[in-house]
Amino acid sequence: MSTVTMIYAGMFYVATLLLVVGLIYKIYDYSRTPAPLLIPTTPAPTKQAGVVYRMAKEVVVFESLFKSNKWIWIFGYLFHLGLFLVLARHLRYFTQPVWFWVDIVQPFGKYASIMMVVGLTGLLVRRFVVDRVRYISTPSDHLMLLLLIAIGVSGMLMTFVVHTDIIALKVFFMGLMYLDVQPLPQDPILMVHLALVATLMVIFPISKLLHAPGVFFSPTRNQIDNPREHRHVAAWAARLDQRN
Amino acid sequence: MAVAEFDIPEIRDDIEVPKLREGVMAHSRTFPAAQPIQDYLGYPHELSEDWKERAIDKMGDLLGKYRSLKVFLDICVHCGACTDKCHYYLGTSDPKNMPVARQDLIRQVYRRYFTTTGKLFPKLVGAKDLTKEVLDDWYNYYYQCSECRRCSVFCPYGIDTAEITMAGREILNHVGMGQKYSNEILTKVMKIGNNLGLPGPALRDTLEGLEEDIEADTGVAVKMPLDVIGAEVLLITPSADFFSEPHVESLIGYAKVLHAAGTSWTLSSAASEAANFGLFTANYEIMRKVAMRIRDEALRLGAKRIVVGECGHAWRVAYSFWNTLTGIGYGGNDPFSIELQKQLDPAYPQPQHICELTNDLIKSGKIKVDPSLNDDLVVTYHDSCNVARASRMGTEPGGQFIIPRELIKSVVNNFHDMADGTIGESTFCCGGGGGLLTDDLMEVRVKGALPRVTALNNVVKEHQVNFMAMICAICKAQFTKVLPKYGFDMSMVGGVHQLVSKAIKLD
Repeated sequence: MSTVTMIYAGMFYVATLLLVVGLIYKIYDYSRTPAPLLIPTTPAPTKQAGVVYRMAKEVVVFESLFKSNKWIWIFGYLFHLGLFLVLARHLRYFTQPVWFWVDIVQPFGKYASIMMVVGLTGLLVRRFVVDRVRYISTPSDHLMLLLLIAIGVSGMLMTFVVHTDIIALKVFFMGLMYLDVQPLPQDPILMVHLALVATLMVIFPISKLLHAPGVFFSPTRNQIDNPREHRHVAAWAARLDQRN
Repeated sequence: MAVAEFDIPEIRDDIEVPKLREGVMAHSRTFPAAQPIQDYLGYPHELSEDWKERAIDKMGDLLGKYRSLKVFLDICVHCGACTDKCHYYLGTSDPKNMPVARQDLIRQVYRRYFTTTGKLFPKLVGAKDLTKEVLDDWYNYYYQCSECRRCSVFCPYGIDTAEITMAGREILNHVGMGQKYSNEILTKVMKIGNNLGLPGPALRDTLEGLEEDIEADTGVAVKMPLDVIGAEVLLITPSADFFSEPHVESLIGYAKVLHAAGTSWTLSSAASEAANFGLFTANYEIMRKVAMRIRDEALRLGAKRIVVGECGHAWRVAYSFWNTLTGIGYGGNDPFSIELQKQLDPAYPQPQHICELTNDLIKSGKIKVDPSLNDDLVVTYHDSCNVARASRMGTEPGGQFIIPRELIKSVVNNFHDMADGTIGESTFCCGGGGGLLTDDLMEVRVKGALPRVTALNNVVKEHQVNFMAMICAICKAQFTKVLPKYGFDMSMVGGVHQLVSKAIKLD
C-alpha cells in the first residue's frame, strides 16, 4: 500500500476521532451547564411544541436572520442550503447500495455547489466591503470562508472539469469504514480536497462552527415562556432555598 | 457636578446606520463605587495584586453557572447581523457599541484563557490577554449597554448581549470596579427597602398627602393603604411612583382603579420597591436577596394576589424570575414554594401586571371609563425593552404589546403607533435603562435615545402626537430629562395609568 494512502487513511481516522470526540465533549458540556433563569427572547412560545417550531424556523429558514439583514440571509442561506445538498449527494461514497433519495439528489447536489460557493463568496466580500463587518472580522473569520470556498471549488473542479476516479474513491472510503484500507486514487485535486476536508473536521469542535450544535442550546430560543405557571430552578440555586 | 459638554445629535427623517468612528465614546466613564458601598455588597473596592487571576476565576465560575454565557461566547460567527441594531451604536457610531463588538471585549479574553485555539494561536482567532486597558474598556462599554436585548431578536442564534454585559459587570465588581449608581441603589434597597432610601414613616406621610390630593381633586376618598394585613392585593411598585412626576400620576391611577373595583389592597413599607437592580449584574444571590423582601412581605401580610406597578425591568424580574427566586407563582412542589403558593388565589396569575388587572376590569365592565376626558391628547405608546423582550402579559405570546395598547385605547380616543421596526419586539430602548440612568452617563443616554426620538418625531409630525405613554419608571425619568434636549416638552411623557386616572369614573 502506498505511503500516500497510509497518510490519508491515518489523517481521516484522526480527523474523525477529533471531530466526534470534540463534538461529544462540547455537547455534553453545554447540556451539563445549567440555565438558571428563564430568558427566552419574548414574544416566546408558552408550550414545548411552540419551542420546537421556533427552533425549526431558525434552523430551516433562518427566521431571525431574515428579520435582521436580507443580504446576510441570502448569502448565508445559499451557502447552507447548497452545503446541505452537496453533503447529501456525497453520501453516495459512504453507502452501498446508494440510498434512493441520495440518487434523486444527485443532479441537485451538483448545481448546489455553485450556490454554495456564490453564498460563501458573498459573505467574504461583505467582510471587506461593509465597514462594520470589516471591524469585527478576525483572520480566522476570513480563513474559514476561504477554507470552505477552497473545498467547494476543488470539488467543483472534479465534478465539472477534471473528473476523478470516483469508483476507486468510493472503494477507499468504504474501506476506511470497514477498517480494510484500500488505495487512494492519487489525483492532486482530490488530495487537496480531502486534506482541506480533514482540516475542517479537526477545527469544527474548536471553532465557531460550534454554532451548529450550539444553537439548540441557546436559552433565548429553546426555553418555554411559562415562568408564572411552572417553577424553573437550577440545582445549584435550589440549594439556596434550603438555607432559607 | 460638572458633566462634559457634547453635541445633541440631529434628528433626521429616518433612523440612519452611521459609518463607524473608532474610540468616539472612549472617554465615557461612570462614577466608580466607593469602599463602603462595595464592602456592603461583598465586593473589593480596588484592584488587588492578583486582580487578573480573580477576574479569570470569576469568568470560569460564571461560565459554569450560566449556559447562556458559555454558549453565546462560543457560537457567534461574526456575521454582523446585530451591528446596526443597538441604539447606542446608532446614536454614537462607536463600533464597540455594536453588540458583537461589545461581546468580543469579553470573548477575546475568554478565547485566550479558556479555548484551545486562543491558547495556541491567539492572533489568528482574535484572542487577547487580559490587561488593565482591557479592564478599563470593559468598565467603559459595559456601562454603555442597557441590557435591552434588542440584539437578541436579530441574532440568528439569539445571542443576548445583555447576558455578556451582566457577566462583565460582575467580573468588574469582583475585582473592585463597581458602579456607584447601581451599587449605591442596591445598598439602599437592601438596608431600607426601596431604591430612594425612603423610610417607612416618610412613605406613610407621602401617601397620606396623596390621599388628600385625590379627595380634593375628585371628591372621592380614594385610599393609599400601607402595611395592611389581610388585604387581598399586595401592590409592588417602583419607588419613583411615590415621588416623581409623572410617575405619581400612575400611582394615583392604580389607587383609583382598585378603589373603583372595590378590591382591598395595600402597599408595603418593607417591600416598597418593585425595581431590582440585582438584575443588571450576574449576581444571582443579590438579585434573589432583593426579591426576597417581596416574598417575606406577601407571607407576613397574607396577600392573595401580588400585583406589580408600571416598572420595566421590575416586570421582567417579577414575571420571569420571581417564581424561580422566591416562589411567587405556581408549579413548584417543594416546601419553599408551597408555603407561599397555598395562600395565593389561583384564579389570578401571580404576579400580575397592573395593566393586566385594569384591562380585565375595563373589559368586563367592572370599572367604567370615559375616554373623551383624554380628548386633548393624541397618544402613542413606547414599548419598554424589558417588557417587550423579556416578559409577557395575558395568556398569549405578545400580550405585553396588546394589553397596554388595548388599555390605552379604552381610555383614549386618539392613538397612533410609531413605525413598525421601532415598536413591539423591535422596540428601541429609551437609552436610560440597565443601570445607565445617571448624570455621569448623560452623553450615552442622550445619544442612545436618538432612534426612539426619531420615531417619536415622525408621529408628532404626521399625526400631531402630543403624549407618549409608557409603563416603566426608568423610561419616564429618562424621557422627561432627555426629550427636552431634543426640543420636546417633558409633559409629553407619562404613564398608562395616568391616562386611566383621567378617564376613570369613580362613582
